[in-house]
Amino acid sequence: MNSDPKLERIAKGNALALCATGTWTASFAPVLERMVADAEKLAGSPQSIFIDVSEVAKLDTFGAWLIERLRRSLTQGAVEAQIAGLSANYSSLVDEVRRVRATPVVETSTITITGMLEQIGRTVAGVGGTVAGLIDMLGAVLAAGFRVLVHPRSFRLTSTVHHMEQVCWRAVPIIVLITFLIGCIIAQQGIFHFRRFGADIFVVDMLGVLVLREIGVLLVAIMVAGRSGSAYTAELGSMKMREEIDALRTMGFDPIEVLVLPRMLALVLALPILAFLGAMAALYGGGLVAWLYGGVDPEAFLLRLRDAISIDHFIVGIVKAPVMAAVIGIVACVEGLAVQGSAESLGQHTTASVVKGIFFVIVMDGVFAIFFASIGM
Amino acid sequence: MAGEIQNPIIRVRDITVQFGTTRVLDGLNLDVKRGEILGFVGPSGAGKSVLTRTIIGLVPKVAGSIEVFGVDLDSSSTSQRRNVERRWGVLFQQGALFSSLTVRQNIQFPMREYLRVSQRLMDEITMAKLAMVGLKPEVAERFPSELSGGMIKRVALARALSLDPDLVFLDEPTSGLDPIGAGDFDELVRTLQRTLGLTVFMVTHDLDSLYTACDRIAVLGNGKIIAAGSIADMQASQHPWLRQYFHGKRARAVMS
Repeated sequence: MNSDPKLERIAKGNALALCATGTWTASFAPVLERMVADAEKLAGSPQSIFIDVSEVAKLDTFGAWLIERLRRSLTQGAVEAQIAGLSANYSSLVDEVRRVRATPVVETSTITITGMLEQIGRTVAGVGGTVAGLIDMLGAVLAAGFRVLVHPRSFRLTSTVHHMEQVCWRAVPIIVLITFLIGCIIAQQGIFHFRRFGADIFVVDMLGVLVLREIGVLLVAIMVAGRSGSAYTAELGSMKMREEIDALRTMGFDPIEVLVLPRMLALVLALPILAFLGAMAALYGGGLVAWLYGGVDPEAFLLRLRDAISIDHFIVGIVKAPVMAAVIGIVACVEGLAVQGSAESLGQHTTASVVKGIFFVIVMDGVFAIFFASIGM
Repeated sequence: MAGEIQNPIIRVRDITVQFGTTRVLDGLNLDVKRGEILGFVGPSGAGKSVLTRTIIGLVPKVAGSIEVFGVDLDSSSTSQRRNVERRWGVLFQQGALFSSLTVRQNIQFPMREYLRVSQRLMDEITMAKLAMVGLKPEVAERFPSELSGGMIKRVALARALSLDPDLVFLDEPTSGLDPIGAGDFDELVRTLQRTLGLTVFMVTHDLDSLYTACDRIAVLGNGKIIAAGSIADMQASQHPWLRQYFHGKRARAVMS
């Protein structure tokens, strides 16, 4: 049924006549396009121009458009090219493409110096916007929290418990596993290097202080930002895309109260618990390595640990956890609610949520370090 | 069912589809003639979309065979199947436009994958398709999220038609459109069917579409085709659901 398309010139005195044959469909489009481009060069000054399509076996939009393109480019001055021998089946298709306006306007973006400078300026201005957005959300969440305190019945317990399960309970295995391994690695490295000075036992001091003050909470916060911050952004973002958040608003619910507050609360409660579990797992892992690799037996380890750390170390670590959780939650919710209509936007904001979440967690950790150093804890 | 149709474009035989223990389609038979517009109706939840999705291969079936363009989709090779897929276009209920691509890129996506043609030709064909579905050329550079519901359906139709398929599946093309828009859409499907020689498989709830656009109607009920034929056949049918559907208040309003 399909035969190769051809476009031949037939001599006809003063007239330019072209005869199209074969299958003029999408599958042959590359061939057709080349033939039409060649035929367009057939200039001269004929008195009349005909494109005979009576032998065309099959025609679709691609073929019809290419014939129309040929007709348009052969039409010069007063001589209008004619399409001849069009069968009734295809006449409506050809009429249809004849109405199409010529070439589309395609905007191309060029990279210029001013354009790049403008981009940098916008990014810098965007930083201010980001911070303002975070403070805005913090205020909105606090206001919603206050409203809930006044009207406790509007508190969404079920939702909060559900999110607690998602971000806390289900995160326990992976958090414990990773912090355990990190504890092992810290202890192994400590023993390996301290042994040269015969100071093996100080590995316990290092492990205790490092895990309880910094690593435990920081590592867990980073993992939670990656695990739950991204989930929050994706959830809120797809709800935004499907107009679910608008629907809530029209029913008289405050999305902050219904969606953001339970998530924030779950995160703020979950992170201290996870940080505590993480710290214990890291200490356990470190102790295990100290025993098996460093020959520090558990009793000596515990005795040394009791001397090396005080409750202050533990408090310094755990106090940071809810604050970091709040930062992660606010960043995730702001990004989620900023998602626009496309899948690409959802991806960008989820990425931004994790990147910004981790960045702010580390910034907060630095601020806390300065604060505790100045109050002598 | 009334006698065998010679050389059908879609031949569905004894299709059974099951989700868990619920049997959605139960030994269903259906033929679609070349060049016709088949309207496919049935109560909500009867499995109209499931049948469409089974034919295009998105839902696995338990038993039965499906032939499209004379190719058995189960025993076909990958290249045969690719060839069949290239010859059909699908309009999903929600449009299913790629949200991160512009309208122009959406329509050009299948062309870019299947055909090796110049950007200029793709752009020109895109404009032709947009004109065919009744959209202005300016729409080309917009993103799907910036379009209205009716425009999304039209763009989705333009994308379904981008490779000039022989067969299009339309899943509730007029749902969510205003009556005038829906009427235009029916008209559009008719025109396209005439100009491009399409076969149209249309799942619909819209009585207007059935009356104005469809050549033949098939009715789904209890996992089977309970009737197939012209609109006159449907009206003459004694089946209780059909009587209610075609003689109800709304049907009378459409007919008058």
